[in-house]
Amino acid sequence: MTTALEFRDVAKSFTLHLRGGTVLQVVLGATFSVAPGECAVLWGPSGAGKSSLLRMAYGNYRCDSGAILVRDGERVVDVARAAPRDVLALRARTMSYVSQFLRVIPRVSARDVVEAAGREGGLSEGEARDRAGDLLARLNLPERLWGLPPATFSGGEQQRVNIARGLIAPRPILLLDEPTASLDAENRAVVADLIAERRAAGAAILGIVHDAAMREAIGGRIIDVTAFGTARAA
Amino acid sequence: MSEAYNFAYLDEGTKRMIRRALLKAVAVPGYQVPFASREMPMPYGWGTGGVQVTAAILGRSDVLKVIDQGADDTTNAVSIRRFFAKTAGVATTTRTTEASVIQTRHRIPETPLHEGQTLVYQVPIPEPLRFLEPRETETRQMHALAEYGLMHVKLYEDISRHGHIATTYAYPVEVAGRYVMDPSPTPKFDNPKMDDCPALQLFGAGRERRIYAVPPYTTVRSLDFEDHPFRVQTFTEPCALCAARGHYLDEVVTDDAGGRMYICSDTDACETRREDVR
Amino acid sequence: MTPLLSAHGLTKSYGPRKACDGVDIDVTEGEVLAIVGESGSGKSTLLSMLAGELAPDDGAVRYRDREGRVRSLGEIGPAELRALARTDWGFVRQDAAQGLRMAVSAGGNVGERLMGLGQRHYGNIRAQALDWLDRVEIAADRIDDPPTRFSGGMRQRLQIARNLVTAPRLVLMDEPTSGLDVSVQARLLDLIRRLSGELGLAVVIVTHDLAVARLLSHRIAVMRAGKVVETGLTDQVLDDPADAYTQLLVSSVLAA
Repeated sequence: MTTALEFRDVAKSFTLHLRGGTVLQVVLGATFSVAPGECAVLWGPSGAGKSSLLRMAYGNYRCDSGAILVRDGERVVDVARAAPRDVLALRARTMSYVSQFLRVIPRVSARDVVEAAGREGGLSEGEARDRAGDLLARLNLPERLWGLPPATFSGGEQQRVNIARGLIAPRPILLLDEPTASLDAENRAVVADLIAERRAAGAAILGIVHDAAMREAIGGRIIDVTAFGTARAA
Repeated sequence: MSEAYNFAYLDEGTKRMIRRALLKAVAVPGYQVPFASREMPMPYGWGTGGVQVTAAILGRSDVLKVIDQGADDTTNAVSIRRFFAKTAGVATTTRTTEASVIQTRHRIPETPLHEGQTLVYQVPIPEPLRFLEPRETETRQMHALAEYGLMHVKLYEDISRHGHIATTYAYPVEVAGRYVMDPSPTPKFDNPKMDDCPALQLFGAGRERRIYAVPPYTTVRSLDFEDHPFRVQTFTEPCALCAARGHYLDEVVTDDAGGRMYICSDTDACETRREDVR
Repeated sequence: MTPLLSAHGLTKSYGPRKACDGVDIDVTEGEVLAIVGESGSGKSTLLSMLAGELAPDDGAVRYRDREGRVRSLGEIGPAELRALARTDWGFVRQDAAQGLRMAVSAGGNVGERLMGLGQRHYGNIRAQALDWLDRVEIAADRIDDPPTRFSGGMRQRLQIARNLVTAPRLVLMDEPTSGLDVSVQARLLDLIRRLSGELGLAVVIVTHDLAVARLLSHRIAVMRAGKVVETGLTDQVLDDPADAYTQLLVSSVLAA
């Protein structure tokens, strides 16, 4: 497997027990791959299953059928079948996920949130500390905020903390869910640079990016997900 | 001796029951043996446990001494001595050396005890762990499994509060390397006398219905910390009456002007010394 | 890898009602497992059985000891079981009065396990107590205060110090954050997460609060009427619940 991440005939549905067992088929026959050093962008209208695909790759959503193969060093792990502990190991070593929302323990400071993510990703204490500072500075988060818990931050500030947290450890696969949705142009450009650097360093990147300029900036190959959602329309 | 009573007040069946408990207590030093404590013609807290033990072991040829806080002449000591003189007709004495059975509340005589003597302690609360663990089911488990860390918590609390182990009486001891035991509210001054003592030591708790024992020549070790070792009280002054040093002294207020003197709590030891001087 | 603690088919009935019904669960070093469910779902009964405090009617709890032997709690004698409970395991109770000695100073509470292990040097015991009070963010000058003078949050932190002082490998927690103010809760959550990570503890935490489970645990088991209805990665179960009851539980939470 020369790819870093591969979806093979992946299907995903939701059974809504609270709505009389309605079944929503959100993904069917999803097949694609992302190579190291490649950036791919999931493309399709809202509700087409982009987010579900990304979350399945991270093990956050279950997968009904098919395989989601992740290269983890010398071995390949099927996230669709992996035990929870193996998924956690993948998250620690191999996959970063930057979501739209920041979910952290309320009292922890922004800098500590980012540093902790670095240590969990295998950085030494010193490296984590230095990189956290670098990242927050590059993302233009005012230094006076670093020591404060992000719960009180604006949406854009929270998102920058989230990006720093997702990018601090140099994991070979990067999953991005609208990382720049609440950022201004200047900070979007910073994020685009950071992503480009990771890509140049050989990371495989899979993302959802609605903003056309941002897509352009990170040079993403388009994966059209409407092809995987046909059964639902039918 | 009054003919109205069975010998030593209790009936023979009861005395046999108590002696069986005593045998078990001697066989398992420091272990609290439950026994069917009887109502005695005195209030709880006046030595009902000690009296029952004494009644159970007393023979016609015994010579009985009774002390309360070391004194032979207090109400409690006098009453118990008269009680056995009346119900058992045994000889009584105030002399430690002459007594074969000594019932005591809160002291061990200063005069070293010898083989063949029996010291009977009156015990209010036999469970040393109760201070920190009120559940009897739990303290029994702790004794059974020799889990005595909690006993040191009590001593820890002492040091943290007072800078030293401030427990001065009912100071917990470990008996024969196994059971931790409450020595009854004797001053810790007396604890060393329990160790390797030639006399048999019996403990009776009437209200709590427990009997325990330390057989002759048994190791009795006072609990402590390496950096806060066990120490007995010391007195700077000698006894004002007999000039003894190394005896446990009571403070006696002599007038309304704050005058006070320190005298031996053991009245027999004090008098004996004074007689010897004369 | 063999789990540190594993339960198979754990069943316990109170009269005709099955409080626990064939529960399988395991946890290993460095892992936090949350058991969630409504009151009466059997969470606390399960925890008592995992702690060896309650004997199951059926099934077994197995523990891998420090020598690597996997042993059934039912086959370990009471003396050793109690020794394990105060050295290898910790139990943080919902009601601090159940988990602390309320009449004993904070230092004595932390030192008790050390004295239980046979430590007899006051200065060393006190130094360790001070170190642990510091780690759970209780000021050194409170060491001689009894927990009756502590706030709810401090009491829980003291419980944690009291349990962790012997470097246990497994810590069971029964609703440790319930009844605390939200801000106090957050501080406690941060502490538990930090310590469990630093010390590589296996933690089983019973909670009815899904937010607590999400922030602290790696894996989750959802209980209902004595059965585990769903188990898996915490974020997966909470974000993509498959079981009807889990969906109800997740959808019932007020979003903050």
